[in-house]
Amino acid sequence: MGIPQLTNVVYLVAAVLFILDLKMLAHPRTAVRGNFLGALGMLLAIAATLISGRLEWTYVILGVAIGSAIGAVAALRVKMTSMPELVGLFNGFGGGASVLVAGSALIATFSAVEAGTVSGGDLQMKIATVASGIIGSVTFFGSYVAFGKLAEFLYVKWKLYPWQRAVKYGFSLLVAAGGVAFTASLGISPHSLVLMASAVVIAGLLLLKRERFPGMNAVKVTLSIAAILLGVLMVMDPSNSLLFWVLVGAAGVLGVVLTMSIGGADMPVVIALLNSYSGLAAAATGFVINNNVLIIAGSLVGASGLILTNIMCKAMNRSLPNVLFGVMGPTEDTPDADEVYRTVKSASADEIAMILETAQNVVIVPGYGMAVAQAQHAVRDFANLLEARGINVDYAIHPVAGRMPGHMNVLLAEADVPYDKLKEMDEVNTTLETVDVAIVVGANDVVNPVARTDPNSPIAGMPIIDVDKSRTVVVIKRSLSPGFAGIPNPLFALDNTLMFFNDGKKAINELITAVKEL
Amino acid sequence: MSDLVMLFTVFVLAIFVGFEIITKVPPTLHTPLMSGSNAISGITIVGALILAGSVDHPLAKTMAFVAVIFASINVVGGFLVTHRMLKMFRRK
Repeated sequence: MGIPQLTNVVYLVAAVLFILDLKMLAHPRTAVRGNFLGALGMLLAIAATLISGRLEWTYVILGVAIGSAIGAVAALRVKMTSMPELVGLFNGFGGGASVLVAGSALIATFSAVEAGTVSGGDLQMKIATVASGIIGSVTFFGSYVAFGKLAEFLYVKWKLYPWQRAVKYGFSLLVAAGGVAFTASLGISPHSLVLMASAVVIAGLLLLKRERFPGMNAVKVTLSIAAILLGVLMVMDPSNSLLFWVLVGAAGVLGVVLTMSIGGADMPVVIALLNSYSGLAAAATGFVINNNVLIIAGSLVGASGLILTNIMCKAMNRSLPNVLFGVMGPTEDTPDADEVYRTVKSASADEIAMILETAQNVVIVPGYGMAVAQAQHAVRDFANLLEARGINVDYAIHPVAGRMPGHMNVLLAEADVPYDKLKEMDEVNTTLETVDVAIVVGANDVVNPVARTDPNSPIAGMPIIDVDKSRTVVVIKRSLSPGFAGIPNPLFALDNTLMFFNDGKKAINELITAVKEL
Repeated sequence: MSDLVMLFTVFVLAIFVGFEIITKVPPTLHTPLMSGSNAISGITIVGALILAGSVDHPLAKTMAFVAVIFASINVVGGFLVTHRMLKMFRRK
């Protein structure tokens, strides 16, 4: 068996290991081992690649060393609350790598064609390069926008921290300067001017303070069509490698425009979608360089991201086009907040502790507010205290709570909450009538009963956690401000609801003190 | 069978396998699923390594080099952060 066959066999082993990795993620008990198998598969694939040909090692080792160091530092230092930012960023690196590989392969092939050493790229390579360029570039720039929005330095009006300013202006400057320098090196032509213009547009769009502009949806549609047309042109005339860069530029603008207006509770959808794209870009790159393992691994990830996207959309009763093109917000018949909140009752920690004294079943419903207040450890202490007093405490997790799929579960796992205490929405909803006290920590739209009752509401039909059916509801919230949907929540004014106006962490700590004093 | 059809067969079958196994991942593990699958999508590193180590054209080489850095961030960071998260999930 020659080296090429051996390499392909190792690639097959790697692909099987990736599949086993994902399969073992079906249970927390086996998941750690699964992740090891995935990493082993990657190591094997890399090793097989390195021994497969006469590669020049300098660049290879230098690149791997730099990338690994950055990746390791990021992975070990990130706080669990910032996980959505990190995953968003990693998606972007994946997409960026795919574009660069496809572009590099394209240049290498056509410089070889000019030199007369090979006969030219085939149709498969052309189409795959186009796909990789479009998807990868949308992923790269879209992920940067998602990261910037999650880290709260893009499209905001307030004053930024120095590091935020450095990243924001640094990245824009890099894109603009890079675009201009790259264009200059290619010589002035209509194509290169379009490329330069798109780099400048991307840089400018990333400096805006508002996340919407008039005619935005028309721009999205135009850019999508333009990217596809450029792709067709490129397939017909692939010797013009400049077209590839124009295509990447246009797709980059599209990536920014598609993501810039999406925020809040829609973030999980976008992160999942970009996750899927990063996989599909890798698969497309596999078609560019004729490599099975890229295709298999890429399509697994593509499928995974699509499933998550679908789950997130269903959990909001919205379609993907509605998330990408729609505007979430109050409608004309949204009731007035003052009217809805006329009967709101607020309570002190002592009063709530008194109610908890006679409770047997308590459900805690966490939302993004818990992550913002970093309250997960306090919540855990509080739950332990209640359990020590013989009260059963469960957690009810809505699929879109937080800023990425499973965000709340990771935060609570970090705080040492056993995973069998984390209940899914459907499971909890069957038992809420027997719950004595439901405590909502930093969640709003996902517990808004209007989703069930008002067919004209922007969240109509969205599955919610029916906390209003439990005997008493305690809502911990700083104020009566609306959630992402921008509508008032009649839950806060129900007879059986008590509002505890406070910061999440402080509120829980006060409750702990009050319960201890009982 | 031509190469393209062969590769396309692999692509379609892999998507089906992906759908089958990933629908079984519980919501509790969706964040590690994303970071872990993200690490797997760093498989582009294979393409980046081949090109960085073999092409002569200076622009193509630079791009492949940057791709190696990007993909390594993805692979190493992805698997490590997934491990960090998964270690935290425990039973009572």
